[in-house]
Amino acid sequence: MPLLTVDELTVTFGGRGRTPSTAVDGVSFTVDQGQVVGLVGESGCGKSVTSLALMGLLPSKGVAIGGRADFEGEDLLALSPKRIRDMRGSQLAMIFQDPLSSLNPVVPIGVQVTEILQRHRGMKGEAARKEAAHLLDRVGIPDPTRRLKEYPHQLSGGMRQRALIAMAVACAPRLLIADEPTTALDVTIQAQILELLKELVDEEGTALLMITHDLGVVAGLCDQVNVLYAGRAVESADRRELFAHPTHPYAHGLLGSIPRLDAPRGEPLSPIRGSINDKIAWADGCAFAPRCDHYTMGCLTGTPELTAPRTEGHLVRCVNPVLPQNSAEDSDGAEDSDGAEDSDGAEDAEKEVPA
Amino acid sequence: MSTKTEKIDRLASLMQQHETTVGASLWREAFRRLKASKMAVIGAAIIGVFVVVAIVGPWVAPHSPSAQIWRGEVLVNQGEFVGARGENWFGLDHLGRDMFSRFLVGARQTLLVGVVSMLIGLVVGALIGVASGASATLGGRAGQRVDNVIMRFIDMMLSLPSLLLAVSIAAVMGQSLTTVMIAVGVVQIPIFARLLRGSMLAQGGSDYVLAAKALGVRKKRIVLTQILPNSLSPVIVQATLSLATAIIEAAALSYLGLGNPDPAVPEWGVMLSQAQRFFDNAPMMAVYPAVGIIITALGFTLLGEAMREALDPKLRG
Amino acid sequence: MSLLELDDVKVHFPVKKGVLFDRTVGHVYAVDGISLSVSAGQTYGLVGESGCGKTTLGRAVLRLVDITDGEVVFDGTDLAKLPEEEMRRFRRRLQMVFQDPLGSLNPRQNIESILSEGMAAHGIGANQEERREKIKAILTRVGLPANALSRYPHEFSGGQRQRIGIARALVLEPDVIICDEPVSALDVSIQAQVINLLEELQEQLGLTYLVIAHDLAVVRHISDVIGVMYLGSLVEEAPSDALYASPRHPYTKALMSAVPVPDPDIEDRRERILLRGDLPSPADPPAGCRFHTRCPWAQPGKCATERPGLTDLGDGHKVACHFAKEIEDGTVQRGDES
Repeated sequence: MPLLTVDELTVTFGGRGRTPSTAVDGVSFTVDQGQVVGLVGESGCGKSVTSLALMGLLPSKGVAIGGRADFEGEDLLALSPKRIRDMRGSQLAMIFQDPLSSLNPVVPIGVQVTEILQRHRGMKGEAARKEAAHLLDRVGIPDPTRRLKEYPHQLSGGMRQRALIAMAVACAPRLLIADEPTTALDVTIQAQILELLKELVDEEGTALLMITHDLGVVAGLCDQVNVLYAGRAVESADRRELFAHPTHPYAHGLLGSIPRLDAPRGEPLSPIRGSINDKIAWADGCAFAPRCDHYTMGCLTGTPELTAPRTEGHLVRCVNPVLPQNSAEDSDGAEDSDGAEDSDGAEDAEKEVPA
Repeated sequence: MSTKTEKIDRLASLMQQHETTVGASLWREAFRRLKASKMAVIGAAIIGVFVVVAIVGPWVAPHSPSAQIWRGEVLVNQGEFVGARGENWFGLDHLGRDMFSRFLVGARQTLLVGVVSMLIGLVVGALIGVASGASATLGGRAGQRVDNVIMRFIDMMLSLPSLLLAVSIAAVMGQSLTTVMIAVGVVQIPIFARLLRGSMLAQGGSDYVLAAKALGVRKKRIVLTQILPNSLSPVIVQATLSLATAIIEAAALSYLGLGNPDPAVPEWGVMLSQAQRFFDNAPMMAVYPAVGIIITALGFTLLGEAMREALDPKLRG
Repeated sequence: MSLLELDDVKVHFPVKKGVLFDRTVGHVYAVDGISLSVSAGQTYGLVGESGCGKTTLGRAVLRLVDITDGEVVFDGTDLAKLPEEEMRRFRRRLQMVFQDPLGSLNPRQNIESILSEGMAAHGIGANQEERREKIKAILTRVGLPANALSRYPHEFSGGQRQRIGIARALVLEPDVIICDEPVSALDVSIQAQVINLLEELQEQLGLTYLVIAHDLAVVRHISDVIGVMYLGSLVEEAPSDALYASPRHPYTKALMSAVPVPDPDIEDRRERILLRGDLPSPADPPAGCRFHTRCPWAQPGKCATERPGLTDLGDGHKVACHFAKEIEDGTVQRGDES
C-alpha cells in the first residue's frame, strides 16, 4: 500500500467578491515508502500549491480544498489544525526554495534545530544539543558545534539549505516534501544538495516528493514522475519510460525545448508556442490545446481522461498522444518541427538498442 | 455539431483572449482600484462637501459673519450665551455673531490654509528631494557629496520640534494668515524632501534605470521620465495626509493666537481659539469648529490611506 | 576580426565605512583582470556561478559600472577612457538585454514610449511618426502583435516582456548586444522561444552577442566561444564544442559534471565531481590560484602561491591551471579519491 495517496486534489482560490481561480484541478498520484516522486511543471502548473495543501500550509480563508490525501490511514486534507501541526516535523517535513526566508533570522541555527527535537522528540539540554550537532554533521555541514551558534545570515546559501534539511529530517519523517530545493542555488551547490537528498532516501528510507521545474534534476533523482500542466497531471510514468518516450505533447515539447549540454550543437530548439493561459480551464477541453501541435477536434470537448496508450503504468491525459507512428505522420505536416521530430526518433532508436 | 473551422476559430479566440485588453497605465489602474475602495469614496465625499462649502459658503451664509447683530443678547460677563435656535442654527458667539455663518465662511480660510501650506511643503520639499535624489543616483561621487550636504540640512530641520519652528517663524513674521501658512508649510518641507529622495534612491537602483542608461538616455531625461514618475506615489499619498495635518497644525497655531487677527475673515482654528475662553459656559462654541476640523482631517486621511493602497504596486492585479 | 576586445579589465568596488567621512577599508574584486575578444558576428558565452563577476563584467563593457583598470576596445576605440558624453553616444552600438524582463521595463511607460526612448536619445527618426513605423517593424520581427504599442509592461507575459527588452535593444541597430542572463527568469518552454529568437536575429542582422549566463547548457547552445569565470577571472576559454568535449580546468570539469541532463541513462552513469565548500568572498580572494581552496586536484606549493595565467593549449583552447597538462595525462591525481 502506498505511503501517500493523493486523489483528485483540487485547490480553488477566491475570497469574497473575487472570481475564483483554480490552481490545482484534480491532481492524483501516489508515493511509496522510500520512493522519490517528482511533480514537474512550469510556473502556474499548481505544483507548489499541491505541496502546501498536503502540508496544511494554505490559508484557511478564501481557499477551497477538495479531494483526498491518504497518509497512513488519515486524510491529510481533513485533519484538524492541531493534528496536522503535530504531523508536520514529525512524520511530514518540507524543504522550501528559499532557505533564508524559511529560517528565523534572529535565532541561532542550533536553537532552531533543538527546538524541533524538543517539540517532537522530547529531547532536552545537552542531549538535544548533541543530537543537533550530529544532524548538522549528517547533512554535511563542517564544524557543526561552531555552526550551531551561528545565525542564518552567517551561512552561505548551500549551508542554509543543508541546515533546513537537517531540521526537516530531525525526526526521521516518513515523507519529505522538497519544493524547488535547489532552484536558488548554484549548479555546483545544487549537485551537493541533490547528492545529499539521494543519500537520505537511500539510507533512511524516507519517501521524497520532489517538486521542481528542472527536468534534469528529475532525470537524476526521481523514480516516478508526474508532469503537471495548468493544475492537472498530464503524464505520469516511471522516469526511464517518461524520458525515453514522452507521450503527452506537453512533456514531449518540454523535452524538445531544453538546450542539452550533451546534444550536438547547431540545431535550433523546438519550443512550445505561446504561453500558459490561466483563463483556459480544463472543463472546456484540454488546457494545453491552444499551444499544442497535435490538437484535433476531440481536444475541445470535455476533459481528456488519463489513459495508458503505450504501456501499463504510463498514464497520459491526451486524446492524440505522441506515439511513434503518430509522430512520424505529424512531422510530414508540420514543417517547422521537422528536424526535432526526426532527431527525437533517432534518439529513441539509439536508446532502445542496449535495452 | 460545430464544424472544424469553428473549433479552430474558437481556439484562436482563446489564444487571443488576453490580448484584447486595451493598454491601461498604472495610474489608470490605481484610479480604478481607488474608485472601488469604500475608504476612498467616503474620504472623497467628505472632502467634496468641504470644498463645496468652502466655495459657496460666503454666498449661502444666512448672515454676515462679522456683523454683531445680536450683541445685546450675549452677556459674556454674566456667562449668558445663546445656543442653537431656529434663527441661529449653531447659536451665537461671544460677540453676538451668527456661529453658523461664521462656520460656513470659515471653511474657505481653513481649506486655503491647508492647501497653501501643504503646497509650500510639497513644492519646496519636492524640489529639494529631486535635487538630492538626482545627484545621489546619477551624479557620481560629487553628486553624492551634494546629496550628503542637503540631507544633513534636512535632518537638522527635521530635528527641530515642528510647533516650535512654526512659532518662531510666526514670531519673526508677525501675526497673519500668511505666517501660519508659511510656518506650517516649512515644517512639511523636510518630510517631502526625505520621502521623495528615498523613493528616488530606491528607484535609481532598479533595472529599468540601468536599462535607460544602457540605452544612452541622457541623465536629465532619466530623472524626468524614468525615476521621477515612479517615485511619486508615496509623495502623492503624503500630500493628502499632509493636508489633514496642515489643517490641524494651522488650527493649533491660530489657537495659540498666531492666526489671522481680522475678525471679518473667520477661520475654524481662530474660532476654536476664541471659544476656549468661554468653554465653561458655552462648550458648543468650540465643538462646531473642532468637529469641522476633525471630520475634514478624517476625510483627507481616509483618501490618503486609500491612495496608498491603490498605488502600491504589490497589490496590483 | 575582433569587434570587441577586453584587455586586463578590472572592476574593484571600494568597501566604505565611516560616520561622517567615508573611508575605504577594502575592495571587492568583482572583476580582476579579464582579457577576451569577441569577433564580429560571433557569440561569446560567459558562464559562471553567482558571485563570479560575470554580470559586473557585462556592465563594465557598457561602462554602467566604473572600470578600475584595463581597456575595453570596441571597433578600435578604447571605451574605458572615453569622456562620458562620447560614451553615451557609443551605447547606440552596444546594447544590453537584461535578466529580469519586468524589472528592466519602466512600469509607467507604454511600449511605444519605452522603445522610443533610446531612439530619441540618439536622434534616430525625425519625428515620432517615423519612429513608430520603425518600432512596428521591430515588434513584428521579435514576434509581438502591433497592438502592443499602447500597452504597458505588466500586461504582457514573461516571454513577451523579454521580447520587448530585445526589441528595445534592436531599434538602435546595435553591433553588439550583451545578454545578461536573457532566459533565466523564464519558464522552460518560453526559454526556447527566446533562445531561438536571439539566434534568428543574429543570423538575419549579423549581430555580435556577449551572452552571460549561469546555465552551461544554454550558453553552450548559443555560443561559438565560451569563457568560464571563477571569482573574477577567466579560468578557461575554448570553442564551444571543444569545451564540452574536453574541459581542461578542474572548475570547468566540476561545473560540467554538476549540470543535470534530462536523460536518466546519462544521469545514472555520470560521475559527479563534487566541490568542497562554498565560493570564497570576492572581497578576500584566496592567494595563488583562486580555485585552489576547492580544487580536487590542488597540489601543495605552486597552487596556493602563484596565480596561473591563461595559456593557450592550441586551437584557441586556453586554460588557467598550473597542472592542466598533468591532470590530462593522469600524472596528477584527484585528492578526494582513494
